Amino acid sequence: MNQPAASSPLPSSAPPFWRDAGKRALVFQALALVIVGGLGYYLFANTQANLERQSIATGFGFLKKEASFEISESLISYSAADTYARALLVGVLNTLKVSFIGIILTTILGTIIGIARLSSNWLVSRLAASFIELMQNIPVLLQLFFWYAIFYEAFPAPRQALNPVKGLFLCNRGIIFAIPAAHPAYPAMGWVLLAVLVGGWLINRWGRRRQELTGKSFPAFRITLLAAILLPFLTWLFYGAPAAMNMPEMRGFNFRGGMTISPEFSALLLGLVLYTSAFVAEIVRAGIQSISRGQIEAAMALGLRPGQVLQLVILPQALRVIIPPLTSQMLNLTKNSSLAVAIGYTDFVAVANTTINQTGQAIEGVAMIMVVYLVFSLSTSLFMNWYNKRMALVER
Amino acid sequence: MSDLTIGRRARLKPPVTDIGVLGWLHKNLFNTWYNSLLTILALALLAALAPPLIKWAFIDSVWYGPASACRNIDGACWSVIPHNIRFIIFGFFPEGQEWRPTLAMLLLLSLVVYSRKRERWHKSLAWFWLVGLTVMGGLMYGGIFGMPVVETSQWSGLPLTLMLSFFGIVAAYPLGILLALGRRSRMPAIKSLCIVYIEMIRGVPLISLLFMSSIMFPLFLPEGVSIDKVLRAQIAIILFTAAYIAEVVRGGLQAMPRGQYEAAESLGLSYNQTMRLIILPQALKIVIPPTVGILLSAFKDTSLVVIIALYDVLKTTKVTLSNPKWTGCSTEAYIFLALLYFVFCYAMSSYSRRLEKELDTSY
Repeated sequence: MNQPAASSPLPSSAPPFWRDAGKRALVFQALALVIVGGLGYYLFANTQANLERQSIATGFGFLKKEASFEISESLISYSAADTYARALLVGVLNTLKVSFIGIILTTILGTIIGIARLSSNWLVSRLAASFIELMQNIPVLLQLFFWYAIFYEAFPAPRQALNPVKGLFLCNRGIIFAIPAAHPAYPAMGWVLLAVLVGGWLINRWGRRRQELTGKSFPAFRITLLAAILLPFLTWLFYGAPAAMNMPEMRGFNFRGGMTISPEFSALLLGLVLYTSAFVAEIVRAGIQSISRGQIEAAMALGLRPGQVLQLVILPQALRVIIPPLTSQMLNLTKNSSLAVAIGYTDFVAVANTTINQTGQAIEGVAMIMVVYLVFSLSTSLFMNWYNKRMALVER
Repeated sequence: MSDLTIGRRARLKPPVTDIGVLGWLHKNLFNTWYNSLLTILALALLAALAPPLIKWAFIDSVWYGPASACRNIDGACWSVIPHNIRFIIFGFFPEGQEWRPTLAMLLLLSLVVYSRKRERWHKSLAWFWLVGLTVMGGLMYGGIFGMPVVETSQWSGLPLTLMLSFFGIVAAYPLGILLALGRRSRMPAIKSLCIVYIEMIRGVPLISLLFMSSIMFPLFLPEGVSIDKVLRAQIAIILFTAAYIAEVVRGGLQAMPRGQYEAAESLGLSYNQTMRLIILPQALKIVIPPTVGILLSAFKDTSLVVIIALYDVLKTTKVTLSNPKWTGCSTEAYIFLALLYFVFCYAMSSYSRRLEKELDTSY
């Protein structure tokens, strides 16, 4: 009935606040926030004062002004008369271009080298191991300088361009090669291929559902592969099999026609791909090694064909180990592509750097660089979280 | 009878294709048809690449001659290195004072080599380091014992690279551990501050932080205060590396079973004691391989200061190559530099492999 504890005058019932873990935590957090907030305010106030003193205008108004600098390669039309905003967009697209191609090539090369590293062939495995050690232990910037120097110094001038096969030229202006001349057949082939891929995805889904219901498997992948090769080819024949090529030719001091890949782009791509694929190779190796032999033997004992063992047993488990570090390497490649500024490829950082130098808008420029890369990273990690949730082991 | 057959059987030799050189070749290079094919392809590749490379690097090359000797040769012009080695290594350090950075670097290397044995990790080692670092600072800056003062703006070349990476690593490691603990903390404010910091830094390239340190940072400071350019780059490298170390350490912390925390708590250990005595020693041990990966990339990433015009060893090489006398020798100079970096990185990674083996307490 009566509650003696509540009314007891014992001093030990309520500990002093510095002994109370909960209150202490509150004090710590308040202190941390005050320190961070104070530091932030101090820097902000200093910056304001400095900007006023040097009479630098803040804000992003400069984006609408004329950029008045040329960009050597661009995916969209651009001239020096365009705005800074468009120049920066060109930079973003260039970054995406080199990252996208780089990621695809790195995945292929890294997988090959990772498997070669595990080969039972001593020579092949040693070669792969030396490649990995060599590439991992040399700074990527040094590698970029090296490949750029090779392009500039070891390759001849356009007039003496190396011509290893017909329609392909190597010189210090880049790699120039012949491409098929424009013809309505090619866009049509692209559309057909897209349709085949969508159809293949649908067939695959249908096949899997039927297998779950009836146990009968359907060779969806093989059919899709066959269609992906055959149908675009038939389209090409349907349009009269155009074979005209757009050949590069020497005109004056440079090449006309064909497709040119600039030395800056080639050096950047080569350096990034070789450097990152060494790391990817190690990831692939670890992923394959993470599967115990028993799994493969058990799958074979169940009577699965080698292709099915790979598709149903090895890959789903290995990919769970491989994909998370692989994405972080892909992100590293994207971030390392910012080193383009050192060899003169006009990626986003290079354009932003030029913008800062011309307008003096350092804060806005650096902030834009950070935001653009943060968007890349955060969207990748959102995708990763989604993927991890989908692939997570379903435990009982 | 039976004795005789056993004896005869024992004297039978294994087939020649199973032992000795032939056996090794058969087992490792030609055990299946596709392995034989791969071996032949790899050998063909080596045969195609190696002779011209060896001819270029060793036979047709010039090793000591002057720049003019390199004009009409097909091989490598290695003489770019001996002719410019002073500038590549020491950069703008005053002439005649090269012994000072040399001594400082030797001191650093010998301290590192001395510290590599675990039985020497005592308090005395910390004092050695303190004294060593002070002496190194004195040697580099001067101003005592009649050594002329050398401003930090003149520190360049290899000493700068080593300094940026050494202090970058040493300062980032504890900061990274603190950030990781903060991210695992139960206090929401501290946790979210740490998460924002770590994710933001990891989301942007190092270059943007270096730009920030070189062009934005001067705006942050009150009028009249300026911080040395080298120090600003150093801070950027530390802040960048710490975020990566934090993520690695967090992995180790997460791998600790709950029982360890509960056991420590039931022994009456405070949070600090739990972390210092129970959790961190185990957690840091299991993350040695990824930590070394981070430290290696921190070392390699110091080369990025080239872009904000600090004269590290890569920049001094580039300056050398911009001399018209030596343009055209870039490949040779970069190969030399790659070797230099390779030696440092390889030493670090093989040390980590050894440390990992030594610390392995599993049975």
